[in-house]
Amino acid sequence: MKTSKITRFMDRHMKIIYMTPCILFLIVMVVFPLLYTFRLSFFDWGMSTVAEPEFIGLKNYSELLHDQYFISSIWITLKYSLISVILEVLIGIILALMLNRRKLFMRNVFKTVMLIPMSMTPVAVGMIWKLLMDPSIGLFNYGLKLMGLPASEWIFGSTTVICSLIMIDVWEWSPMVALIVLAGLSGIDEDIYEAATMDGAGYLQKTFRITLPLSLNVILVAALLRLIDALKTFDIIYSTTQGGPAFQSQTINIYSYLYGFQYYKYGYASASMILFLMLVLVVTGIVMYIRTKVVVDR
Amino acid sequence: MSRQTKLHSGTACKGKRAGSTFLFYLLLAGVVIVTVFPFVFMILASFKTTVEIQNPSRFLNFTFITSNYTEVFERFSFAKPIWNSFYVAFMTTVISLVIALPAAYAISKFKMHRMSAGILVTRMIPGICFLLPWFKIFSAMGLTDTYTSLILSYMLVAVPFIIWIMVPHFENLPQDLEQAAMIDGCSQNMIFVRIMLPLSVPGIITAALMSFINAWNNFLFALALSGYQTKTLPMAVYNFIGYAKISWGPLMAAATIITGPIVLLSLIMQKYVVSGMTAGAVKG
Repeated sequence: MKTSKITRFMDRHMKIIYMTPCILFLIVMVVFPLLYTFRLSFFDWGMSTVAEPEFIGLKNYSELLHDQYFISSIWITLKYSLISVILEVLIGIILALMLNRRKLFMRNVFKTVMLIPMSMTPVAVGMIWKLLMDPSIGLFNYGLKLMGLPASEWIFGSTTVICSLIMIDVWEWSPMVALIVLAGLSGIDEDIYEAATMDGAGYLQKTFRITLPLSLNVILVAALLRLIDALKTFDIIYSTTQGGPAFQSQTINIYSYLYGFQYYKYGYASASMILFLMLVLVVTGIVMYIRTKVVVDR
Repeated sequence: MSRQTKLHSGTACKGKRAGSTFLFYLLLAGVVIVTVFPFVFMILASFKTTVEIQNPSRFLNFTFITSNYTEVFERFSFAKPIWNSFYVAFMTTVISLVIALPAAYAISKFKMHRMSAGILVTRMIPGICFLLPWFKIFSAMGLTDTYTSLILSYMLVAVPFIIWIMVPHFENLPQDLEQAAMIDGCSQNMIFVRIMLPLSVPGIITAALMSFINAWNNFLFALALSGYQTKTLPMAVYNFIGYAKISWGPLMAAATIITGPIVLLSLIMQKYVVSGMTAGAVKG
């Protein structure tokens, strides 16, 4: 059978032909925009279409680092994402252990229920919690009142806003950690448990000596995936508080968005986006480093 | 005597176990209630008047109305955003699959680990870093407020995600098949289209579902890039808080309209969505 010229050409250059559309897309939509943002971060440029961008070197960066709202936005971002992820990993592990119970009644139903929070549209989730947490008409304060507890301002109070947002994030994403860890748990060999039972190990011993150490890698990957997304959280925060009250929930993401798309300070916003990107890379880099240390040592 | 003690301790043990089982399921029930509560709350609220929503004591006993839904379509004209969201999410999924499936296959076949790591880094870059240049490029090309600009931006999430899911999938397919097909005179394209793709249908379903859900739920890119003509559902829902007084009834109906289909979809396709959510984490 004679193969046509085109087929032979395709076969020989398959690698390039299969990769090209994807590479082109990434260059146009990722590499180029990123370089553009990086370049823009050294310019002073506002909304005006007449005025040309003016090169000002590192001035945007020095201004950012002197802006107390920017500095505090870094702390808010770190506080929000680290506490969220730690809680999500702890709760996720407990949920996974519960769902991993042998002879669990309706296991698939419980796994299905876990999918609800993470597949709901974040904006809608934000609206629901905004209503639940409303100080005067919300169900939460009504519940507190019924229990005789003092009312809280939830996302509307400057001291309670971060805790409330963490609560939403934990509700939304702990199930995902649970599902990831559960998938890891089911990969553990049954024989190990049987051997441990023979040796007289109890449930707690088996959990802490076998289950958790053997699924450490999966747990860390889940934590890493969550951390990347938690640092970038936008939808829930913007749809509930837009960074308020009193800038107390203004993460770097919200800060950058406001400067870029509300105040139209393109150069300044670009500089803050670049610092944001660096923060994400540094924090995830640290966690990846810890992961290689912990997992290789074992 | 000894037999009696044995029996006795046996029942005690059984009683203790039954007690702990009961506690376990009680705790699990608590978890389920917390997990589904906001979802149930939203659906209940979508059938209440705004006045009743604002009165928490009427949480369960309320007069059932459906006017919120008609109002969402008539006063807030939701038909257009529903179509926009569906069309954009669908096109994003299809085009991303066309681009990403061959790339994922090539990456796994030629073991381009660096390339795959590089593509995955895009998952770490905050989406906001692209928005200003995109905005600039799209307006220069006259693409502001078009489906094209939204689809292109949503593809940024979908393409790396599909590659992330599909590379391990292709790697797990047996190599012998490919060799056998080559001996039979199949071209590389035929091997990919006729053998590899049909074998990967479960993975492709997962990838497609996740792309669709992510595109349907996307807010940040729509906030910056969509306009009057291309307003997607998340934007339409968000716009409710722009009004002086939030009409909670229609808003909860709108929230139900936007989350309902997607939650239903992921419940029906549970197996695929779980494997999509946990993709990459488990195989290392």
